[in-house]
Amino acid sequence: MANKIPRVAVREQDPVVRATNFEEVCYGYNAEEAALEASRCLNCKNPRCVAACPVNIRIPEFIHHITEGDMRAAADTIHFDSSLPSICGRVCPQESQCEGSCVLGIKGEAVAIGKLERYVGDWALEHSAEVEATPTIIPNGKRVAVVGSGPAGLACASDLAKMGYQVDVFEALHRLGGVLSYGIPEFRLPKERVVAREINEVKRLGVRFETDVIIGRTMTIDSLLDKEGYEAVFVGSGAGLPRFMGIEGENLNGVLSANEFLTRVNLMGAWDPKHSDTPVYVGRKVVVVGGGNVAMDAVRTAKRLGAEAVIVYRRGEAELPARKEEVHHAKEEGIEFRMLTNPTRILGSEDGWVTGINCVEMELGEPDASGRRSPQEKVGSDFTIDCDVVIMALGTSPNPLIASTTSGLNINRRGCIEADEMGTTSRAGIFAGGDAVTGAATVILAMGAGRKAAKAIDEYIRSK
Amino acid sequence: MFKIVEKRKIAENIYEMKIAAERVAKAALPGQFVIVRADEGGERVPLTIADYDVERGTVTIVTQTIGHSTKKICALEVGDSLADFAGPLGRPSEFVHMAEEELKKRKYIFVAGGVGTAPVYPQVKWLKQHGVDCDVIIGAKTKDMLIYIDEMRKVGNVHIATDDGSEGYKGMVTGLMKELVETEGREYDECVCIGPMIMMKFVCLTTKPWSLLTTVSLNALMVDGTGMCGACRVTVGGKTLFTCVDGPEFNGHEVDFDEAMRRQAMYKNQEKFDNDNREHKCNCYGK
Repeated sequence: MANKIPRVAVREQDPVVRATNFEEVCYGYNAEEAALEASRCLNCKNPRCVAACPVNIRIPEFIHHITEGDMRAAADTIHFDSSLPSICGRVCPQESQCEGSCVLGIKGEAVAIGKLERYVGDWALEHSAEVEATPTIIPNGKRVAVVGSGPAGLACASDLAKMGYQVDVFEALHRLGGVLSYGIPEFRLPKERVVAREINEVKRLGVRFETDVIIGRTMTIDSLLDKEGYEAVFVGSGAGLPRFMGIEGENLNGVLSANEFLTRVNLMGAWDPKHSDTPVYVGRKVVVVGGGNVAMDAVRTAKRLGAEAVIVYRRGEAELPARKEEVHHAKEEGIEFRMLTNPTRILGSEDGWVTGINCVEMELGEPDASGRRSPQEKVGSDFTIDCDVVIMALGTSPNPLIASTTSGLNINRRGCIEADEMGTTSRAGIFAGGDAVTGAATVILAMGAGRKAAKAIDEYIRSK
Repeated sequence: MFKIVEKRKIAENIYEMKIAAERVAKAALPGQFVIVRADEGGERVPLTIADYDVERGTVTIVTQTIGHSTKKICALEVGDSLADFAGPLGRPSEFVHMAEEELKKRKYIFVAGGVGTAPVYPQVKWLKQHGVDCDVIIGAKTKDMLIYIDEMRKVGNVHIATDDGSEGYKGMVTGLMKELVETEGREYDECVCIGPMIMMKFVCLTTKPWSLLTTVSLNALMVDGTGMCGACRVTVGGKTLFTCVDGPEFNGHEVDFDEAMRRQAMYKNQEKFDNDNREHKCNCYGK
């Protein structure tokens, strides 16, 4: 077994420096590092990593191409299953998917599949001009509408375009990418260098994009199907509705959802006041409530904007739903973590601005329905954290707009669109996938759902 | 990009623009708003729709230069384009869903203040087209600040109030309302009030003792305007709602105006104000 080589460490920006800028944290591998890391792969006969990947990328095969120096073949192999490798290589939770199943991980360290995917994805973006974008596409004259330009919509649109459909993507915001643009910060996912270029690859397939179109308001799904001549519609509208705790003081000035905070900074560019009119306020100290990836994004963003930044989470560190890498990066950057702490009330000044947050200490009880040990309040453990801003990062649910304006489209109790594994909804011709169906999840799951729905849409239209 | 096809100055610092936005024009109903971005780097500014023309494919907006972003919008000329014009957003006014028979029996009084007169217009016009004649009070500081008088006279019974008495009733809109209701004994089923927050608050305080259902249209701060950010949170009847998706129109007697005004001033210190705009002294954006 070829495994005396340790996992090749990836170069990162110095934590002290990066906590003051919005440049990408991780530099990624260069050619030598990628080749060395690729050489660690055992090329297993029954690759467990492939099964653990939500879109079943043929991982050992693309890694093998890297070792041979055939980058074009490596890129083609990934593109066969994924349209957004530069993005997924950066934001996928590899430790619980491909890398989590890597045989090498049993006794040592897994192959750095994510970093290799990113390397190949970035290489492909650099060299995209060398290949014809649409060599084998034969237009079939049929039109499909896609609602939302996030990961689910992009994946669905790419696949349908490759099959010959004319795909029109409608985006409510002024910029494409959905959560990739408004949610995930620049320092984790560069907007121009990565997101815009990956979307450009989708445009090269002939997919058309329209911004500023709010489906459910500007046009309805019914009108897309009945009047605008689309054979089918894919709904990938995500889960954009922020949750709040419902505690006292939540409407004070200085309390905001992570969505608002991140949208101001990422989508509106408030981190760069020279080029943006949109204001953002962090004060001296920011408390972020929550323990997921969005909470980590918000707290690290607040730190970069110059505030002292604290995470408050009601369970323990082991229960943090955020990726380990994100927690690790946040700690390196000087983020304070207050675990087993639950807010009970937000305190304000006489003129209505946040001055602090009242919390109680928690202890963990028995595992609840989600399998996580449920936190219980320690009696008499109240204390106050002084702060100027409180950011609620408690998760999001789907926007009810589409369901409420589309006849015959069923939703479940959590407000998610009902759809089967293939994205088929309660209404013929309408397919759905991603967070709009599952509630907030990951980029790769949304992408997988978009791809499956593309297949189902193709079958549906052929059988019409 | 959305082209400006007409522009005119209708009062000091207030401009009316017609924007080519076919889809928005086709879908718009009274009570709804749009999100406008002047250029790349511009803020997303929510503006209530002042009129729409399905045949021409245009939507009318009326903007008062208050801060950096509204000034940017107003600086554009015919032939220029807005970077973004997204909508229509929010729920349309309740009455568009009412059965015609029921609607014809209803008596409305509209109370419009300052630049809020513009979004009142499509509502009064829509009701006129559906056989309902409405009383409309239009208020402003002084005669020169009155807007949409001629347009409104074509569709409703206009009553004017100016603070300085330079035209119509001398005093606040609430004084004129009392005159119509208490002195003249006019009866209404609903009052619709659009204007500065402080005016809407006092109109609600005036109509409350009359038990007159009062609908207000809130101009809360927003980022996306589609339900994503929650910047526009408002307390209505003790519950937190989002102005953008649950409103912008609410039962005014249930709105916590003090909180709404405080929240509106959230970014006051961060916003880019131009010096020449500091002369704008109405209290609608202050607390």
